[in-house]
Amino acid sequence: MAKSELQKTLKAKARKETKKNLKNNWILYIFLLPAVVYIAMFHYGPMYGLILAFKNYKGSLGILGSPWVGTRWFTTFFKSPLFSRLIRNTLVISFYQLIVGFPMPIILAIMLNYINNVFFKKFAQTLTYIPYFISTVILVSMMTLFFSPNSGFVNTIIKSLTGMKDGIYFMGTSKYFRHMYVWSGVWQGTGYSAVIYIAALAGVSMELHEAAIIDGASIWKRIWHIDIPSILPTIVILLVMQCGSIINVGYEKVLLMQNALNRDVSEVISTYVYNVSFPTDGSAPNYGYSTAIGLLNNVINFIILIIANTVANKLTGSGLW
Amino acid sequence: MAVHKSHIKPSTSDRVFNIINHTLMIIIVIIMFYPLWYILCASMSDGKYAQNGSVLLFPVGWNFLGYKECFRTGKIWMGYLNTIIYTVCGTALGVFCSILAGYSLSRKDLPGGGIIMKLFVFTMYFGGGTIPYYIIIKNLGLLDTRLMMILQGTITVYNIILIRSYFVQSLPPDLKEAADIDGCNNTTFLFKIAIPLSKAIIAVVTLYLAVSYWNSYFWAMIFLRDESKAPLQIILRQILLVSSNASGDQNMDPQALAALNKMRETLKYAVIIVATIPIIAMYPFIQKYFVQGVMIGSIKG
Repeated sequence: MAKSELQKTLKAKARKETKKNLKNNWILYIFLLPAVVYIAMFHYGPMYGLILAFKNYKGSLGILGSPWVGTRWFTTFFKSPLFSRLIRNTLVISFYQLIVGFPMPIILAIMLNYINNVFFKKFAQTLTYIPYFISTVILVSMMTLFFSPNSGFVNTIIKSLTGMKDGIYFMGTSKYFRHMYVWSGVWQGTGYSAVIYIAALAGVSMELHEAAIIDGASIWKRIWHIDIPSILPTIVILLVMQCGSIINVGYEKVLLMQNALNRDVSEVISTYVYNVSFPTDGSAPNYGYSTAIGLLNNVINFIILIIANTVANKLTGSGLW
Repeated sequence: MAVHKSHIKPSTSDRVFNIINHTLMIIIVIIMFYPLWYILCASMSDGKYAQNGSVLLFPVGWNFLGYKECFRTGKIWMGYLNTIIYTVCGTALGVFCSILAGYSLSRKDLPGGGIIMKLFVFTMYFGGGTIPYYIIIKNLGLLDTRLMMILQGTITVYNIILIRSYFVQSLPPDLKEAADIDGCNNTTFLFKIAIPLSKAIIAVVTLYLAVSYWNSYFWAMIFLRDESKAPLQIILRQILLVSSNASGDQNMDPQALAALNKMRETLKYAVIIVATIPIIAMYPFIQKYFVQGVMIGSIKG
C-alpha cells in the first residue's frame, strides 16, 4: 500500500515537473519548429509517397486517387530480365568498394602515425584530404580527361612504355568500369576518412607504447597489439554504418560515368530507378514501378543495417545503438 | 608523436619499417598531388600540347587562353552567381536552424525531446526515395524554383546531431543553472552564452554545408528546367562531360575546328581550377576546427 502511494506521489511530482518545464521552456519548441517542419515535409512526406509502390500513378489523379495495383510492380521487377543483372552489378561494386575502400583509411592513419617528421606528417595529411572537396562532376571529368585514349596522360605513358599504337579506352570499356569507380573513390575519400582514425590514434596512451618499447616490442607488434585494439570500437561503428549503405551505390558518380558502352556493368539499382523515372528517350515514366524498386532497395538496406548492428553488438559490445 | 624518444636504439626491423613507411608515404603524396598539379599545368598550357600529351610535369607553351575563354563565357558566370546564392543562403539557413534544433534537443528538461530525436534519426536510415520526393516537391510547387535549390539539403539530421552532441559535452548543467539564477532566459542563454562557446562546431557545420551546396548537381538536374537558374556544377557538366563527344559543326572549316577543339581542351582544365579554388580556399580557415568536428561526429547520437 505504502509503495503504491509513494509511486503516486512520484508520478504527480513528475507530472508537475513536466508542466513546469513546458511553461519555462516553450520557446525551445519554437526553436525546434523549422527543423520539425522540414523533416516532416521533406523526409516523412516522401515516406507517405511510398504507397505509390502499390499504385498505378496518374499525375491527374494524385497520389491518393490513383488506382491500387497491389504488388504488381514488385512481380514485374522480379520477373524482369534485368533483375539478376542489377542485383549482381550492385553487389559486386558494393563489396569491391567495401573491401578496398574500408581498410585504406585505417592503413593511411597508421602510416601517418609513424611518420617522424612533424612537418611532412602535417603536409601529407592535409594533401590527402584535399580531393574530398572536389565535386563528383569534376572528379568524373578528371577521369575522362586523364584516361582519354588520345589525349590523356595515362595513355601517353602506357603508349610510351608498351609501344601500343592506340590507347586503352578506360571510361568506355566494361571491364574497367568497376576499377575506375572504386579506385577513384579511394583517391578521393581515403584522406578524409582517415581523419577520424588519426584522431582516435592520437588518443592512444603514450605509456602503453613506452612500456612496449622497453619490453622490446617492434613497431609491427605495437601496431598489432596496441594501435589496432585501441581504435577497434571506431572501426566497428564505421563498418556498421558502411554496411547500412551496402546497396546504396553512389548513384551520382555512376550516373556521370555511365555510357552506352559500359551500361551492362554500370547499371545498378539506384541508377536504374533514375533511368526509369526520367527516361531520356521521351517515353512516359512509370513512377509506381520506380517507387517500388526504390522501396525494395531501402527495405533491404534497413534490414542489413539492423543485422550488422546486432552482430557488432554481440561481437564487440559497440554498435550504432 | 607515436615515434617515442627512447634511449633504446631502434631495432633493424623498426628501421626497415620506417624506411618502407616513409617511402610509401612519399608515393601516396605524389599520387594524391599529381592529378591536381597536372590540371594546374594543363590549364596554363597551349591547348595543342595539352591535347597531344606533352604536358607532364610543367606547363608547356605557357598561355592563359583557357582562363580568358572561361571568363568570357557568360554561362560560367551565371552558374557561379547561382551557386554563390544557393550556397550562402542555404548554408546560413541550415546553420541557423540546426543550431536552434540542436540546442533544444540537447536539453534534458524538454518534454518529448527524446521522441522527436528518435523520429529524426529514423530518417537517416530509411527514406521515401527519389520519386516520392520528386512528386512531393512537384505538388508543393517547388519544382524549377530557386527556393528549392536553397532548401534542398539545408537541414540534415546529421548536422543537428553534431551540434546537439557538442552542446551536451561542452555546456555543463551548472552553467545553465548559474545563468538561471542570474535571470537569463533560454533565448539569451543560447545567443549570449551557448553560441559564442561553440565556434568550433559552427565552423564544421558551415564547412560541411557549404561543400555540399557548392558541389551538388543531382537535385539541380532533376528539379530545374530553366537554365538561368542552373548552378555551376550543371554548367560544368555540360562543358566537361556532355560536350566532350560533340565534334562541332560539320560545315565548319577544319582549321577553325582544330582551333576550337584546342581551346575547348584548355578551357576544361581552366574551368576545373576556377570552380574548385573557392571551396578549397575556405578550408585553411576552418582546418583547426575540422578534426574536432569529425571527432564529435564519431560519437553516436
